Order: sequence, then C-alpha cells, then structure tokens
Amino acid sequence: MSSLDIQIVRKSYPRGSDQAPLTALADIQFKIEEGEFVSVVGPSGCGKTTLLNLIGGLDTDVKGSILVDGIAPTNGPVTGHMFQTPRLMPWLTVRENILLVENDGAVNGRRADQLLTEMGLANFADTYPVHLSGGMRRRVALARAFLNEPGLLLLDEPFLSLDTPVANYLRRMLLDLCARRSATVLFVTHDLREALYLADRVLFMSGGPGSIVLDLPIDLPRPREPESEGVEGLRINLLKNHPKLLAGLVEEKDP
Amino acid sequence: MAKAANSRSEPWFRVLSALVFLATWQAGAELADSQLLPNPWQVVQAIFDHSADGELLHHVGITLARVAVSFFVAMAFGTALGMVMGSNRNWNAALDGVLVLALNIPALVVIILCYLWFGLGEFAAILAVAINKFPVVVVTMREGARAVDGDLLQVARAFHIEPRRTFFQIYLPQLYPYLLASARSGLALVWKIVLVVELLGRSDGVGFQLSIFFQFFDITSILAYSFAFIAVVMVIELAFMAPLDRRMSEWRT
Repeated sequence: MSSLDIQIVRKSYPRGSDQAPLTALADIQFKIEEGEFVSVVGPSGCGKTTLLNLIGGLDTDVKGSILVDGIAPTNGPVTGHMFQTPRLMPWLTVRENILLVENDGAVNGRRADQLLTEMGLANFADTYPVHLSGGMRRRVALARAFLNEPGLLLLDEPFLSLDTPVANYLRRMLLDLCARRSATVLFVTHDLREALYLADRVLFMSGGPGSIVLDLPIDLPRPREPESEGVEGLRINLLKNHPKLLAGLVEEKDP
Repeated sequence: MAKAANSRSEPWFRVLSALVFLATWQAGAELADSQLLPNPWQVVQAIFDHSADGELLHHVGITLARVAVSFFVAMAFGTALGMVMGSNRNWNAALDGVLVLALNIPALVVIILCYLWFGLGEFAAILAVAINKFPVVVVTMREGARAVDGDLLQVARAFHIEPRRTFFQIYLPQLYPYLLASARSGLALVWKIVLVVELLGRSDGVGFQLSIFFQFFDITSILAYSFAFIAVVMVIELAFMAPLDRRMSEWRT
C-alpha cells in the first residue's frame, strides 16, 4: 500500500509562441492514506487525466511536488494503471498482454493465470483482443493493472462508455480485487453515482484550471449496492446542498 | 457462402491466367517466326541446357548472394534511420534534404561512382546496390515510425516496462506492415539493380551472363536466365514473405 502527498502549485501546457501557456491545474493539495479508495470527480476538461499522469510519472513537468511513499513517482514503485481505453496490444494474446507488464518472471506467470480465472477470462487466455467484447477488454486491462500487486492503482474513467450492467459488474470486480489485494486507489470519473458507490472519499474538482473545491468523506457502510438508497440519498442531498458547485458535472443517464 | 466459393475457384483463375499468358506468347512466336522471339518451349529447353553443366545455377547463386547481402544491409540501416527520422523532428529536419537528394540520384550514377571510387570489386558492387535501396527504406520506415501510437507507448512508461521489451513488443510490432512492404518492394528493386551492377563491373552473375548473350544476340538465353531468376524471387516470396505476412497479421483474423 502506498500513501500520496500532492502539492501542485501549477501545471501548465505550452501553447504557440505568441500565446500564454494554458494552465491545467492550479493550487492542488491533498494527501491520501495507505489503503484509501479515493475518487476524483470533475467536469470534462478540468485536468483529471493530467493529475493522474503526474501521479503516475507519465508527466514530470510540474511546479510543485508529487510524492508517492515519500519519493517522486518516476523513481517510485510500479503502480497499476488503467486508462480511459483498454490500450491492449492487438498483436499479443490476452495472457501475453497481461504478462507484458510483469517485473518478476517466476511469480507472474502463475498470478496471471489466477487473475484470468478470477475474471472469468481463463478460456480466453490465448485469444487476441480483437475477438473480445468491450467489457472483456476492460477486464484484461484491469487484470494487467493488478498483475504486479501494486501499492497504488490509478484508474482514469476505466468504465467509460460501457452499458450499466457491464459497468456495474466490473465495478464490483474492482472492489473485490481491492479488498483482497489491499491497494491505495485513485479513481477518476465524471460520474457522481460511480464515485459515491466506490469510494471512501471523493475529491471534487472545479472546471479548468482544475483545483479541489470539496473533499468529502463517504461514510456509507460496505458492501454497498450501486443503485441503493444510501448512494442515491447521498447524491440527491449533495446536489441539493451544492447545486452551483457541481455545475458542469455530466451525469450518466439511466438505461 | 459466396466467399467460400470464391476462395475455391481462386486457384483456377491463377492457372488460367498463366495458361493464357503462355498461349499468347506461343502464338506471338509462331506469327513472328523469328530469332527475335523464341517460343516458351525453346526457353525452357535453354534453361535445361544452361543448367546441365551447373553454369546457370552458379551465376544465379552468385547474383542471389549479392541480392541477399545488399538487401539486408539496406534494410537494416534504412530501418534504423527511418525510425530515428520518424520519431525525432530535429533529426528529420537535419537529414530530410539529404534524403531527397539520395532518392533522386540515378542508380547508374551511384553505380559508376562506387566503381570509380572503390574499384571494380565486390564491395563497390554491393555498396552501390545498398545505396540505391537505402533511401526508399528510410522513407517507408519513417512513415511507420510517425504512425506509432503514443498511447501504447505510454502503457510502457506507466508500468515501467524495460526498454528492450518496450521496443520488441510494443514499438516494433507497429512497424511490421511497413517492414514487410519495404521488404517486398525492396527485393524486386534490389535484384534489378544487382543485374546492372554485374553488367557494368563484375565477371560473374546473371547480369554478366546477360551482357554476353547480348553480344551474341542470344535472346533465348537472355529469357532463360531472366525466368530462372524470376522463379527464384517467386520462391522467396512464397517461402518467406507470405508466411511472414501471415504470422505478423495473425491477430487481425
């Protein structure tokens, strides 16, 4: 399990030479304890992916400090990453795709098979991604993120554009895996229901340049149900209390 | 159903087109009734005649060796430079002018200069062929390197995948179609240039033999040697290129 200490003064992207740089993130400070499941919610374009890329070490150009277990992410331990699209290598089979990220040969082969079985993909180990459904590809990406038993999982709207039953199935699978292989999780989404269902704590971001406008602990008991009264009640209450705060939040429509 | 029927009749169309070609040739030869156009059977006969004492095999073998060496040299260096130019704008800007120059130098000029500078030897011959093929490989591989998916490379960074594995399992597979395209077009180009190189400055190989037949007006032997080498190239295509293509695009099916 990892802890996070984020102190971003400003993150900006250079634009054309005659324009001022575009500020994506400004003045963001938060800490995440070991084993916490934290959701980040905000309108599209508020810099959620930028934030994840900084924490994952994919982008190091930032004013401020980002510490995973007290060190910079590029030198830190390998994290598990799940992107908005599955990003599987089409020329590798399911099993090869998962083993692509292995860093400890002997152990990983067995663990890959175990993960495939847990995810109901055992029969598809030698299949190429092109033959899998969208939901199955996400499961492969999820298995890949878990292969190295990372202390920190970074998930960037991983269940985007899936229909509700498939998304709920995958969410349950994620919670299941997290419970068994304790990891600290940072889960980015623009879907408030999803965030409230999954997280111990939700960070709300403003529109760009993104900063954190509300840090909300979720005290609902687990296990939770995605469309339960607890989750719905909390959501309605929240929107009643902070209508302006969440303006620009895109809601998933009911099927 | 229609597709299955098509694939079953496909081989017949191939055979049919070959027969039509041979029949047209035969008819043409009958009509012309001249030394200038021998009929197919005379050419086949000549192939056997030249093979009897191993002479044809010897020259075809030497030409094939030159093709192989210059092909691999051009592919290796061209691929490496194409990757560099496709992934780095500064290198591309620095070398683009030279590349355009290299693409437009006539093959004959390169061959003559190589022979003049390095002598009428094997090194100059192979270098001349490789230099002719090299810029074409660079251009194709640069296109490939430009089309590489940054999102997939980001996976490598996110999971700290070591550089060697990143190169062979994430980067290079994206270039396979370009590699294969450049190998296919390259083989055809290279063997044609090898013949010119042999004609101008070597004393063996198919090109050298052709120059002798040319002096004796021996059209039958010229065609016999050409078809013998075309057959070799077709065998390479069937035995190496096609299976390679199938293996590399296995995941698409």
